[in-house]
Amino acid sequence: MSDATYLRLAGIRKDFGAFTALSHIDLDIANGEFVCFLGPSGCGKTTLLRIIAGLEVQTAGRIELAGRDISALPPAKRDYGIVFQSYALFPNLTVADNVAYGLTNRKVPKAQARERVAELLSLVGLPGSEAKYPAQLSGGQQQRIALARALATAPRLLLLDEPLSALDAIVRVKLRQEIRSLQRQLGVTTIMVTHDQEEAFAVADRIVVMNQGAIEQVGDAMQVYREPRSLFVADFVGRINVLAATAVDGGRLRVGSHEFHCPHAFRGGSELRVYLRPEDVLARPIPAGDPNVFEALIEKIEFMGPYCLVRVDSPVLGQHKLTVYLSLNYLAEAQLEVGSRLPLRLVPERMRIFE
Amino acid sequence: MSALLHASAPVRQRVHWNERIAHAALIAVALAMLAFLAGPLAAILQQSLQDAQGRFAGLANFVAYAKTPALLDSLWNSVWVSLVVTLVTIPAAFGFAYALTRSRMRWKALARTITLVPLLAPSLLAAISLIYWFGNQGLLKAWLGRLGIDQIYGAPGIVVAEIFSTFPHALMILITALAAADARLYEAADSMGTSAARKFFTITLPGAKYGLISAALVTFTLVITDFGIPKVIGGSFNVLATDIFKLVIGQQDFSKGAVVALLLLAPAVLTFAADHWVSKRQTAMLTARAVPYAPKRAPWFDAAMSAYCVIVCALILAMLGMAVFASFASFWPYNLAPSLRHYAMGLFDAEVGDAFVNSLAMSAGTALCGAALVFVAAYMLEKTQGLKPLRSLVRLLAMLPMAVPGLVLGLGYIFFFNAPANPLNPLYHTLTLMTICTIVHFYTTGHLTAVTALKSLDAEFESVSASLKVPFYKTFWRVTLPICTPALVDIARYFFINAMTTISAVVFLYAPETKVASIAILNLDEAGEIGAAAAMAVLIAVANTVATFGFMALSWWIDRRTQAWKQR
Repeated sequence: MSDATYLRLAGIRKDFGAFTALSHIDLDIANGEFVCFLGPSGCGKTTLLRIIAGLEVQTAGRIELAGRDISALPPAKRDYGIVFQSYALFPNLTVADNVAYGLTNRKVPKAQARERVAELLSLVGLPGSEAKYPAQLSGGQQQRIALARALATAPRLLLLDEPLSALDAIVRVKLRQEIRSLQRQLGVTTIMVTHDQEEAFAVADRIVVMNQGAIEQVGDAMQVYREPRSLFVADFVGRINVLAATAVDGGRLRVGSHEFHCPHAFRGGSELRVYLRPEDVLARPIPAGDPNVFEALIEKIEFMGPYCLVRVDSPVLGQHKLTVYLSLNYLAEAQLEVGSRLPLRLVPERMRIFE
Repeated sequence: MSALLHASAPVRQRVHWNERIAHAALIAVALAMLAFLAGPLAAILQQSLQDAQGRFAGLANFVAYAKTPALLDSLWNSVWVSLVVTLVTIPAAFGFAYALTRSRMRWKALARTITLVPLLAPSLLAAISLIYWFGNQGLLKAWLGRLGIDQIYGAPGIVVAEIFSTFPHALMILITALAAADARLYEAADSMGTSAARKFFTITLPGAKYGLISAALVTFTLVITDFGIPKVIGGSFNVLATDIFKLVIGQQDFSKGAVVALLLLAPAVLTFAADHWVSKRQTAMLTARAVPYAPKRAPWFDAAMSAYCVIVCALILAMLGMAVFASFASFWPYNLAPSLRHYAMGLFDAEVGDAFVNSLAMSAGTALCGAALVFVAAYMLEKTQGLKPLRSLVRLLAMLPMAVPGLVLGLGYIFFFNAPANPLNPLYHTLTLMTICTIVHFYTTGHLTAVTALKSLDAEFESVSASLKVPFYKTFWRVTLPICTPALVDIARYFFINAMTTISAVVFLYAPETKVASIAILNLDEAGEIGAAAAMAVLIAVANTVATFGFMALSWWIDRRTQAWKQR
């Protein structure tokens, strides 16, 4: 184990009766790291978080926190703070009493606790709200208080269970940046569960993509997006075009009737699947004589703001249709509309090819 | 590496010491339920299989029962009377609930309050009133002949009195069912130009279907297991409930009494199972997105609904008013000048005063201990972890009392606690045991109220506390209990009122010095002192009214002190 590893999960499995919710979970999380568990609902990410918290008990496997085996310890014997999607603030206690809830129990002297509460409230950007009740606060404010409460006892691990899902879009973006900078400032090792890839990209040092109770890929945002290790990851993280292709000798592959260059060589005749992000199909520049250029016909334009999602058809691609991003400016400049023809180029080094 | 090591034995979390406290409390609750519910019920079963000498007799008692024509008549009487009452009460209560929830009539709160008043008095008050209206010396006795009825004693009296006393119960269920309507369905129907009748039959009725089934089952069970009304106005018309009493108290034939008790248990258990099935379905009916229905103004419809409610309220007030009036009448029907003769006679000569003190003590005990027990048990069930099999058992035992008629429970208490071998035998005939029996009898409703209140709390409070290393009991005390106090007061009030009026659960359990007021009323009636019986029943209703106001004040005071957080 390297010195930096703070939390280690080894061989975690969880069965609910005959259903296996998690299997073969091995993961090391470094001290001070911000990790996101990302996956569709039902993939087991929340179950894994609750196992780390001791709120669920794994069927098998070992959990180490700072080198200490905590696999069989009840929640109160572990060292973490937790924030839930529902905030779970005590509605009958004031903000101050909520934040001080864990301090009071540790017999922290009153004056000291008061000081700590004030410090935490200014840390989460709500100084002076001590006397309010949770019902008097907005959702975003309540979640800040929940965060302050979880951090009050200075735990070394912070667990966030979809903390932003109940908030509206603008508050969500703002609060996630604040959580991120708070985490940097305190250096607390943090795990956040989310189903929102954009959220994970925005805050995480590393993303753990999960599917059907297993870890599909672990990596930083760029790795997960640019180098998805499985079909699932490619599909779940961002938009993707999927093309069926046949390998041709000499580092080429055939889609429909067109032969494209690709950076890898495959055995001739093998069936391939090519994954291509919309932004990896370029409309400019189009170098002359490039084998990866083909003629396309615009079928549909979906306005998305600064850019448009454009669906194109091409006789050379057979039945495949591609979705590409074209900037609003380019569409205007080139006077493109539904029915227009334009040349497009597939970027060979961006193709993810699976056999 | 470690995956292999751990693959064989599943990981078991170590139990934290403060979780052991929760486990101990749960075990205590389970033991209490076994001793005071399961034990007595098992004793009935055992008794029904024994002969008079206590030897195993197989099904001989059941065979003997089936060969007794008089007893079979009672079975038939019980069934048809209960059916008739159900068939009248449900449409009547549905109409009233419909008026309260789907019309814009005025004075809804008043109408609702009037219908709740009968719950404050023992159910036999209706029977006593009927005797004053239509009995041998009744005010309107002549009307009976015109309707082709010889006398009110017997089936007619039982049916009318039961309709009166079951009406509020059915009404409460139906109001809940009709209030939970989704306005969007009606708007969609209106946009398609649907007729009012079609809307009623395709939206309203199906929406209230489960409420109707549930109300019908509850009404049927209340009637078939009721003891007070048939005892007072049944005359020579025998039903199962009065049979048990005669067999056990009159003939001391415990085995046959046990057989009849099991017969009485059967429809109740069926009802219980059906109700459970219904309520499981009901939960899926309303979605979180439903828009509450707000009735529109419709002058003719509103007027018709108001007229109906006025008639029903008038009938209820006539019923209550007659008992009050008669209790003050000097000498019915010859001298109607008001006097306190019946009150003095009942309270002092017949020593109902002492019984009243017993009633108050028992009700206070039931309210305090019952509410505390119910709430703690529900908390342990809903909010703590571990001991899974025991949890299921406690959950089942908490729901069971709903299916056990008071008479059956009381009979079980005799068999179980009167047994010399039972270490709890010294409790027999004490007010303590009567209090316990009453708590058990009304347990389920309190339990459901507590569970609903607890379920409305965030499920993660306990997880947050554990992560902050705060023991569960501190969170219980600082958070759960303060938030749930209104529900707790509600439970206590329910226990109190029912303990004041109950007859069936305690009729087998009292000794002369532990007689309670509701039983004393029954004895007065048996002795022919119907005026004093009416007076004492009115006193119970008054005590319950005062108590209700007391609980309301308590609720208001607690609300002000602990629920400040609700104000925005």
